[in-house]
Amino acid sequence: MTKVTFIEHNGTVRNVEVDDGLSLMEAAVNNLVPGIDGDCGGACACATCHVHIDAAWLDKLPPMEAMENSMLEFAGGRNESSRLGCQIKLSPALDGIVVRTPLGQH
Amino acid sequence: MSRCPSASTLEAAPIVSETVIIVGAGQAAGQAVASLRQEGFDGRIVLVGAEPVLPYQRPPLSKAFLAGTLPLERLFLKPPAFYEQARVDTLLGVAVTELDATRRQVRLDDGRELAFDHLLLATGGRARRLDCPGADHPRLHYLRTVADVDGIRAALRPGARLVLIGGGYVGLEIAAVAAKLGLAVTVLEAAPTVLARVTCPAVARFFESVHRQAGVTIRCATTVTGIEGDASLARVVTGDGERIDADLVIAGIGLLPNVKLAQAAGLVCDNGIVVDEECRTSAPGIFSAGDCTQHPNAIYDSRLRLESVHNAIEQGKTAAAAMCGKARPYRQVPWFWSDQYDLKLQTAGLNRGYDQVVMRGSTDSRSFAAFYLRDGRLLAVDAVNRPVEFMVAKALIANRTVIAPERLADELIVAKDLAG
Ligand SMILES: Cc1cc2nc3c(=O)[nH]c(=O)nc-3n(C[C@H](O)[C@H](O)[C@H](O)COP(=O)(O)OP(=O)(O)OC[C@H]3O[C@@H](n4cnc5c(N)ncnc54)[C@H](O)[C@@H]3O)c2cc1C
Ligand code: FES
Repeated sequence: MTKVTFIEHNGTVRNVEVDDGLSLMEAAVNNLVPGIDGDCGGACACATCHVHIDAAWLDKLPPMEAMENSMLEFAGGRNESSRLGCQIKLSPALDGIVVRTPLGQH
Repeated sequence: MSRCPSASTLEAAPIVSETVIIVGAGQAAGQAVASLRQEGFDGRIVLVGAEPVLPYQRPPLSKAFLAGTLPLERLFLKPPAFYEQARVDTLLGVAVTELDATRRQVRLDDGRELAFDHLLLATGGRARRLDCPGADHPRLHYLRTVADVDGIRAALRPGARLVLIGGGYVGLEIAAVAAKLGLAVTVLEAAPTVLARVTCPAVARFFESVHRQAGVTIRCATTVTGIEGDASLARVVTGDGERIDADLVIAGIGLLPNVKLAQAAGLVCDNGIVVDEECRTSAPGIFSAGDCTQHPNAIYDSRLRLESVHNAIEQGKTAAAAMCGKARPYRQVPWFWSDQYDLKLQTAGLNRGYDQVVMRGSTDSRSFAAFYLRDGRLLAVDAVNRPVEFMVAKALIANRTVIAPERLADELIVAKDLAG
């Protein structure tokens, strides 16, 4: 199990625990974290799973593939901490990761 | 207080608890349940689904789930706990057999009758069946549900011979998965190219060549006139009288919308359940969403029936909002994706009636976008490994943009700037 802290745009904090191997998007959807839709189910096709990764955790993630980077180009509020939640697989190395959800998804 | 707050604030009398019944427990239904609660609906929600499983995503059925790399739990739209938390009565493995639109009641196949204030018909569709001799052959399958995949899986063994009837997206996705698993795959398509109804010839030829490179045999302009053989072997008979041996046959020849309930209840249907831009059917209190609807699309000034996750989700949201008295009219650029081998196809818009195709990039590079225009207006895009073009085009299509073909084709203009 990996612990994830989601901080919503309005400041609401949610600590969840999910099975290893699930994605950050699934962690959010399964725990009803608002603001992460995951419409395409993780196919990297919709960009409705945009999240901001806490600076302390950013370096611990595998680098983005070109597809993910491109899909993010049009995500609202994109910055250096932006990732697509569906492309990040949870593992013990990410236990405790802190993630912020954006204002809205497209 | 059991109605949506916004709809009930003006009413003085105590509000009677309302019931929403959702018929069908698929993609649109799952979204509608979540959206009803998000919109503040506080009454009773009854979710009735003919399949014995919670709402799940179908796209992986021809992709990772078929390949066996994704377990069933990961297909669920929401985890089981959600339905408890959201106080949803789930009646799964139960079908609605009758709808009385006047008395606002449904009858279930176990004999029960349930009354509703609002009803959502989210009945989706079913695979079109082959209509030829041998259509009841035990080795012939269709792919729409998890149960269908369960019936197919055992036969997906390396070396087995698979004949796919129909070269649409789903058929080609199955071909890709099966070829990777080491099956000998043949695709039979009646039209002159695969994907004939949805893409231009250049894109269709591209996908044909990709599949051929992966060892798949593609035969276009080939009809199927029958299936022979006993339970141990299927023999697919083509229009030219040829017989192709198969251990497994899967037909993917389209979808028929599930409209029987609606039709019998007197709701207006026309290649789908006819709804307005708020997903209202012709009967008061009855809504419909997803693959089963025939709905207006303002971007194309026409009525459409779509088969896509995006449409099911958006109509699920719209219908839920409308039930809560909130107008959230459906105004969407249709979009869809397909994964085959290392290729991601994202398509936005509808190319119906196009008079020009502009290519950006070349099919040889396996990364290109085909833009469809009519009278200079961008109607649609097929983007292969070109996510930025896909996203830009979606915005341009929504704005009914007229754009110079030279600009679209010019790779010196970065894709992102095409919008500017
Ligand atoms: C193999 C496959 C791959 C796909 N790939 C993609 C893709 O990559 N991208 C994409 O965007 N779309 C894809 N789609 C399409 C997408 O899955 C559908 O558009 C979507 O599921 C439609 O949702 P829906 O809720 O309208 O219908 P469904 O999900 O079909 O749900 C309808 C449900 O209603 C039930 N039902 C019907 N009648 C009754 C009744 N009388 N009583 C009770 N229950 C009833 C049915 O059993 C069914 O479970 C794919 C579909 C398939 C089959
Ligand atoms: S869920 Fe669609 S891109 Fe992540």
